[in-house]
Amino acid sequence: MNLYEIVFYFFAIVTVGSAAVVVFSRNIIYSAFSLLFTFFGVAGLYVLLNADFLAVTQLLIYVGGILVLLLFGVMLTSNTISVELKTGTLHILPATILVALLVGLLTATFWTADWFMSKRASDIAAQTTSKEIGDALVTTHLLPFEIASIILLVAIVGAAMMARRENPKSQIPI
Amino acid sequence: MTTITLTHFLFISAILFSLGVYAVITRRNAIMVLMGIELILNSANINFLAFSRYSGLNIEGQMAAIFVIILAAAEAAIALAIVLNIYKRFNTVNVDEISLLKD
Repeated sequence: MNLYEIVFYFFAIVTVGSAAVVVFSRNIIYSAFSLLFTFFGVAGLYVLLNADFLAVTQLLIYVGGILVLLLFGVMLTSNTISVELKTGTLHILPATILVALLVGLLTATFWTADWFMSKRASDIAAQTTSKEIGDALVTTHLLPFEIASIILLVAIVGAAMMARRENPKSQIPI
Repeated sequence: MTTITLTHFLFISAILFSLGVYAVITRRNAIMVLMGIELILNSANINFLAFSRYSGLNIEGQMAAIFVIILAAAEAAIALAIVLNIYKRFNTVNVDEISLLKD
């Protein structure tokens, strides 16, 4: 068991274990904080997959942005008078059956499929990918890159428009 | 030489995907449903990067993963804004109690 395998199994256990806590915890605050460890574990897996730029991006955007947004959502939408941050559940039995079928089907497919594996894939030294990603973003992927920037702008403006407190003078009667 | 293969990463992404689907189906709180969607997107990203790594280190999978992350950020912002509006209107974020399109 070499170092790569030890690190892989460590991050795999962190990812899957904290994801299970996210899903099965009754307290939504515990879920939000263990989502942090899931994102860290996934970032570690990205490093093992030779995607250093993606790992840093994952930490910056998911941990720094999306998780903070989710925590804001939790805080702003819970009744602070009755401190009840529990989250109820519904459709337990059908969901369990469906998810068991799903995970069985997926693992069976992944196990039996004859994946194309590059001959040199097993002995590739780690190398940085930032330069190649930067080159691709301004040459072959220029159009999706620009569309993504417009999508982000529209999302920012739309979210700010929807979430701001309404002016009491122009309030529409409900 | 290592024994970690493509299948190991695919298994982890399958487990993450299933947990995300379970959260989306069973949780009543809309924020928890959003967390489930984030888990699903992360599992898709692991798949992209694993195939990119084990099929000869081309950059295409990583490009797709970058755009998934961008869309996840935009989706989280918009969804949180919608959830805040729902909370202002209905005073709850439980998805099974919000059954009115118009009142």
